[in-house]
Amino acid sequence: MNGQDDAPVVALTQAAKHFGPVRALDGVSLQVAPGDCLGLVGHNGAGKSTLVNLINGTFGPSSGTVDFPSGAGGVRSVFQELSLCPNLTVAENLRVSHPGLKGIGWRRAARAEIGATLDAIFPGHGIDPDAEIDRLSIAERQMVEIAIGFAPRGGRARLVILDEPTSSLDEGIARQLLAHVRGFCAAGGAVIFISHMLGEVFAVASRIVVLKDGRVVADRPAAEFTRAGLLDAMGHVATEAVAQQAARTVPGEVVIRTPEGLEARRGEVVGLSGLAGHGQAAALARLYLAQTSSWRAGRGARAVFVAGDRGRDGVLPLWSILRNVSISVLRRDARRGLVDRAAERRIAGDWRGRIGIRTEDVTNPILSLSGGNQQKVLFARALASDAPVVVMDDPMRGVDVGTKQDVYALIRAEAARGRTFLWYSTETEEVCQCDRVFVFRNGRISAELTGDGITEERILEASFEMQEAS
Amino acid sequence: MSGLAKPWLWAWLAAALAFGATLALTSGRGAGELAYAAMSFGAFAAIVGLGQMLVITLGPGNVDLSIPATMTLAGTLALKVMGGEPGTAWIGLAVALAAGLGVGAANFALIWLLRLPPIIATLAASLVYQSLAIWSNRGLRIKPPPGLADFATGRVLGVPNVAWVALALAAATWLMLERSVWGRWLLASGQNLRAARLAGVPVQAVRAATYLAVAVFAGLAGYLLASFSGGAALNMGTEYLLMSIAVVVIGGSSIAGGNSNVPGVLGAALFMFLVVSMLNSYGAGAGLRNVLTGAIIIAIVIAASARRSRQ
Amino acid sequence: MPQRYRILLPVVSLAVLLALTFWMQPRAMSYFGLNLLFNLAVPIALATVAQMMIIMVNDIDLSLGAFVSLVACVTATWLNDAPLAGLLILAALVLSYAALGAVIHVLDLPAIVVTLGMSFVWGGLALFILPTPGGAAPGWLRSLMTVKPPLIPMAVLAAILIAAITHLMIVRSGLGTVLRGLGGNARSVARAGWNVTALKALAYGLAGLFGVLAGMALVGLTTSADANIALRYTLLSIAGVILGGGEFIGGKVSPVGAVIGALTLTLAASFLSFLRLSPDWQIGAQGAILILVLTARLLFSRRGAAA
Repeated sequence: MNGQDDAPVVALTQAAKHFGPVRALDGVSLQVAPGDCLGLVGHNGAGKSTLVNLINGTFGPSSGTVDFPSGAGGVRSVFQELSLCPNLTVAENLRVSHPGLKGIGWRRAARAEIGATLDAIFPGHGIDPDAEIDRLSIAERQMVEIAIGFAPRGGRARLVILDEPTSSLDEGIARQLLAHVRGFCAAGGAVIFISHMLGEVFAVASRIVVLKDGRVVADRPAAEFTRAGLLDAMGHVATEAVAQQAARTVPGEVVIRTPEGLEARRGEVVGLSGLAGHGQAAALARLYLAQTSSWRAGRGARAVFVAGDRGRDGVLPLWSILRNVSISVLRRDARRGLVDRAAERRIAGDWRGRIGIRTEDVTNPILSLSGGNQQKVLFARALASDAPVVVMDDPMRGVDVGTKQDVYALIRAEAARGRTFLWYSTETEEVCQCDRVFVFRNGRISAELTGDGITEERILEASFEMQEAS
Repeated sequence: MSGLAKPWLWAWLAAALAFGATLALTSGRGAGELAYAAMSFGAFAAIVGLGQMLVITLGPGNVDLSIPATMTLAGTLALKVMGGEPGTAWIGLAVALAAGLGVGAANFALIWLLRLPPIIATLAASLVYQSLAIWSNRGLRIKPPPGLADFATGRVLGVPNVAWVALALAAATWLMLERSVWGRWLLASGQNLRAARLAGVPVQAVRAATYLAVAVFAGLAGYLLASFSGGAALNMGTEYLLMSIAVVVIGGSSIAGGNSNVPGVLGAALFMFLVVSMLNSYGAGAGLRNVLTGAIIIAIVIAASARRSRQ
Repeated sequence: MPQRYRILLPVVSLAVLLALTFWMQPRAMSYFGLNLLFNLAVPIALATVAQMMIIMVNDIDLSLGAFVSLVACVTATWLNDAPLAGLLILAALVLSYAALGAVIHVLDLPAIVVTLGMSFVWGGLALFILPTPGGAAPGWLRSLMTVKPPLIPMAVLAAILIAAITHLMIVRSGLGTVLRGLGGNARSVARAGWNVTALKALAYGLAGLFGVLAGMALVGLTTSADANIALRYTLLSIAGVILGGGEFIGGKVSPVGAVIGALTLTLAASFLSFLRLSPDWQIGAQGAILILVLTARLLFSRRGAAA
């Protein structure tokens, strides 16, 4: 038994993957042993997803090898895009992943197995195994997804790959997951943990691997890294001081006031915070939809929207970068109902420079860009219009650090020119940069913080308070 | 996209092939008549096909199943109002277009107010329109006014008048889609309705206009077809339902929405007529004709899909 | 609305329509009356279940009416004259439906257009077999469709059986659950290691099977066939699935609901003739009933969402 325990679960030797001219992975050698919790970090486009797909067998390497010395069973992946069937129940979804549940009475077995796994990872979860997925909240769906990844399913999970698993979870539930991962690895399982939340990576990883441009640039025990060193290795200038307090303009008159108490002044950057799924995104959507009409588009929009879920809310996939940018200003620049093509070319080219979209040609399809650059296009679309209010639905989710810094600077500059921003973010760091923060709890505003009062402690306090009492 | 890769080219190529195959039988005689017939009958398919294309561009799930009933209703009402009297052609046209507007508004009301999926809304509504047509017709076969009948069956520069109408409509539709703000809005809504709304596109107005447009196009087609055929039969629209969808897809528009192809619709309309007449010339009975028509439609879709996946 | 409540609306609509029918025509409230009312519902219910199998995997079948007509023609000729050959032909038809499903998936074709083309093919084949109406129903089929079980009329019993069997097949069984999952998220079913092509072929094959049963049942009732006998089944079956609480995408279908939807549509036709509605308006009234029931569903789900 001892010999098998030492053998790595998966070993990559000079594995590379090319998609035509694109070298997504350029010769990676890596081993994951039982008991390893590998933190995998890197900016967008560094090759993390490709590496995961090589390990879980979605495709094979173009060169090099991917070996599983003790068998390929028990390798599970939990992805960022949820892969549940929304029309089936929780237990039925387990059946899809576990063909072994056969015969009469499979439902009972499925219910028991998923219930037990959920209880083990997220005590007190309150999820009914017979509930249909599309009636669960996004956090609950993520929890089910994770549980299916760790469930025995007729065997044993030997290596679980978690790709941004806490992106839809709030702090308490995320902590339960991290605790479970630590326990799982201590008992001999292996985990590959991909996250842009460096705090979590440090909390859970025994080893950290840094990917950059398809290659491994660092592979050391976690204790040998510092935060700055990690950011450095990923290839961007680390900015420890996140909030740029300088040049905060004095805001003007009130431009937004909603019945639920959201308020914003001209030139202010207003943040929405609190535990994920407590009504912030819905409040923003309500606000935007109320300010705009689906029947009329006047010459000047009153508000613009920057989506966080690019695929669902933002990107127009068949179009070029140019058309994706100009869609919001077509009416304004139109001449007798026809599109002003010179104007839209000018605007797109202008914003490519200002916001730094990495492409040679704005008439390329938008899907040719990396995720972070697509996000920049969505920002350009919003900022190109004259709308005085910019509503942002967690637009930095899953975006690399470099892009983030560029956009923060842009937001500050635009605010200084009198634009108002309403910014829902699930990262406390970002929220702390705002001039004013509304903390949401259970669909309502529980606290309004301004200036120096915006601290992580006060935000957490306002998010959690009632829950501890009950 | 290079020239040969353009999807609409294939529809025109296929039409040319069918044309050639038919003429091969007669050693080239009758080319003029065949072309004329193809343009005449193809014009009606093209007109309804253009409308259906706009609806299909709106995105998956958007299709108008009430086109045949609309054609019948518009044709019946127009002919009834004109009563065969000379000089009433414009009044008849107005009635047909107004019928189209009414149908389009009713369809969209069902879709928007009652949240019915368009397939079901237009299907259910078409039954009502069919009944309306039956009731207003009362079995009488009213002829179109002589001037109008002459126009519908006449020609200018060797091209049938109805084909000129279809061509003009196609040009206007193309211009709208390629160059106008409304066209961009329609294409955006078809790619991702929610994203378009969040980007400031007035999506409900776009949807409403599209469903109005397809019904108006169908009304126009019904008006012209009734004048062409010498009367409005109650089943005049039956074959145009499947035809309208077929010419959109064969012409290269994406069934998933957000991508339309006007020249393709024209080529496909010609092709649909030519392939049937080709089979007729080769002596195929009704059974064989149907089987081969179906097989050809499927073969073209497979070819179009294979090409698309290579891009 | 939770899945279990979605069945309420079809049940209520059927009950209301039934009550109205009995009020108009009290003599219908008998064994023979019920049998007469729902006789033709059996083939329609089978066709609706067939369409449901296709809608369950996010496609739509525009050729179902032509297919059922073809089966009817085969049944009234081959199955009657040369039963073994007839059975082989019917089996081949079921397999061809399965093959269609596989091809549509592998080549990523739009089902709406492929089935549109197939409707021409099935129609053409039917014209080969029966260029003019004719043929005769096999004796055993005729007896089966006119059997008179005690207490419950054949039509009602058949409907209950069809609903029960398909419910077990599609909702309760493991494989049926995976098929529904295919409609909900095909990518994740594929990632879990299932052969999606085989699953799609299975769904389409089931549709073909129920289509064949529909055609056979139809001939058992009408005793002869022609190439256009069931063309209206295409739109009827789509309406039946939707009436029964199904949705076009997302894999949300209900076999029991589909059968009830078919029963409701059949009943609506009879109900309209009881109303002594002018024949001009009978078609339109069917459309109006469909709209009314779906409006009711909207109101129900609004209230459910607000609760």
